[in-house]
Amino acid sequence: MTARNATVAAGSDRTRPDGSPPPPVPRRRNRRRQSLRSRLRRDWQLLAMVAPGFVILLVFSYVPILGNVIAFQDYNPYLGDNPLQAFLNSNWIGFGQFQLLFEDPAFWDAFRNTLAITAFQLVFFFPLPIVLAIMLHNLLSSRLRGVIQTVVYLPHFFSWVLVVSFFVAMLGGAGLLAQTMREAGLQPWNIMTNPDTFIILVTVEAVWKDIGWGTIVFLAALSTIDQSLYEAAAADGAGRWRRLWHITLPGLRPVIVLLLILRLGDALSVGFEQFLLQRNAVGRQASEVLDTFVYHFSIATGNYGYGAAAGLFKAAVGLCLILAANRVAHMLGERGVYSKS
Amino acid sequence: MTGTVVQNPVRGRDRRPVWEERPTRAGQGLKAVVLALLVLGVLFPLWVILVTSLSSRETIAEAGGMVVIPRGIDTSAYETIFAGGAVTRALWISTLVTVIGTAVALTVTVLAAYGLSQPRSLGYRWLLAYFLLPFLIYPPLVPKYLVVTGLGLKDTIWALILPPAISVFNLVVVRGFFQGVPQELLDSARIDGASDFRTLARIVLPLSRAVVAVVGLFYAVSYWNVWFDALLFIDRNDMYPIQRVLQSYLLAGQAPHTSGGTAGVTMPPTESIKMAVVILTVAPIVAVYPFIQRHFIKGVLIGAVKG
Repeated sequence: MTARNATVAAGSDRTRPDGSPPPPVPRRRNRRRQSLRSRLRRDWQLLAMVAPGFVILLVFSYVPILGNVIAFQDYNPYLGDNPLQAFLNSNWIGFGQFQLLFEDPAFWDAFRNTLAITAFQLVFFFPLPIVLAIMLHNLLSSRLRGVIQTVVYLPHFFSWVLVVSFFVAMLGGAGLLAQTMREAGLQPWNIMTNPDTFIILVTVEAVWKDIGWGTIVFLAALSTIDQSLYEAAAADGAGRWRRLWHITLPGLRPVIVLLLILRLGDALSVGFEQFLLQRNAVGRQASEVLDTFVYHFSIATGNYGYGAAAGLFKAAVGLCLILAANRVAHMLGERGVYSKS
Repeated sequence: MTGTVVQNPVRGRDRRPVWEERPTRAGQGLKAVVLALLVLGVLFPLWVILVTSLSSRETIAEAGGMVVIPRGIDTSAYETIFAGGAVTRALWISTLVTVIGTAVALTVTVLAAYGLSQPRSLGYRWLLAYFLLPFLIYPPLVPKYLVVTGLGLKDTIWALILPPAISVFNLVVVRGFFQGVPQELLDSARIDGASDFRTLARIVLPLSRAVVAVVGLFYAVSYWNVWFDALLFIDRNDMYPIQRVLQSYLLAGQAPHTSGGTAGVTMPPTESIKMAVVILTVAPIVAVYPFIQRHFIKGVLIGAVKG
């Protein structure tokens, strides 16, 4: 706040017309110039503390974000000893990479898969943490609730390699289910390598990993709902389900809308490692999503400009999506992710 | 009974309020089944994998692969793994990445969090925006790959450690905590002539041990779990972290790479060894989990509010 006031003061100093009373002007300007130096002397330690993080973000976040411009190049890694030289020596080709991209059927496959999986998970994954949170919230025994929470939060901390390994051990061709079915004289189901049911498999995996984690935000929201509302509604004769519909769900509405917006803004990311890990098992047709497309068609093949174009396209569409979703939320009278105030 | 009530602010009672109708038998039953299935869905695979990893060759052959009911404990799978070879080396690399990475990331994060906790400092608003913006824009994959390789970090553990060494989420959590330290304490330290570094080390950090520990564990978990960065930046087999070895062994169906000269030239590809690798990968997570579990809810909620 103070910093902002200081800038405003500086601006008015500079634009102050000559006719204004002279004495305060030089004094203020003087004090400010001095204060910059003295503030530097006062705050240099704080700036030094910020420096390592500043450099890391600069090198590993900001430079790559700027590096997106190779999407407009015919980037050739062999045109220099290091990527910077290669970047300076490569030809600028405008939107050529994007043109190639939009003519590539593999890209549209990945695009379609991504949207299909997002839509599927919006219907079959998104509501589940809400249901579970309501169930947990209504449990009478707080000790039992604590035990269940402890167990269901755990898989969130597993890597995707571990999660997929767990599923292979249980449901894979040599896993427990197949082995039990074989013993029973049945033909084992082909679960881990079937492209047709892959969308269900990845959703089940995602649910297994994150259903518990997803409840945390909803549980917090549930605990803020005024209990006397329930009592009043019950006194007015509202049953269990009517109370759920008229009190609980409206109480959760802001959180649900917020998370929906975030999910929609991220509609083109459906979990990267999960798909990369299982691509060999089910094939490209079913498992390629935009993120894995970027990896396989650029880094794995050396076609960097092409992958950067795909990544930039994804980021641009994602930005539009989150702006659109936020506007819709405002139109529906919700606060959304950010507001102008 | 009262103890549990106090511990759980979520509902604050363990008794059904008088106005609430008694639940139906069917509803209760359904709920119990759903919750039991969820809990079993997590615990049962862990159990089967653990038991299989501790089973002898005969038990596994008898069961036909995965073992559900243990028959004696046989640690030969673990002995084979720890005799040397790819898995031992990968565990060592992962431990190294986790320990060094957590130390680096924690240092960077704590320093930046304190540097950004004084709203009256020079350039505060710009710096804050600079640090928070990466929360919204992910670094794109291809340019990031070029930057890391261009810096010559490929095939070193620094490629795994440095890029994620500051997580904006963790920064926000620590900074939020630092801002809760009473201003009078900081002022009195300044009046006594303490520098900012001294104030951080002597006053702020001792008050924030819990949050620093939790954020450190968050970093440790993410460094232990690193897989894709290793796929990108680590080409040498003898530099693979454990997740990469687990993947090549369990998911890609390869025997772990062993370089010549080590004891484990070829490991018997029994189920128990595979499952032992899974257990060794999951064990550190399960071991630190109780320490994070109590605190992460607060962190998640801060992140949800600020995000």
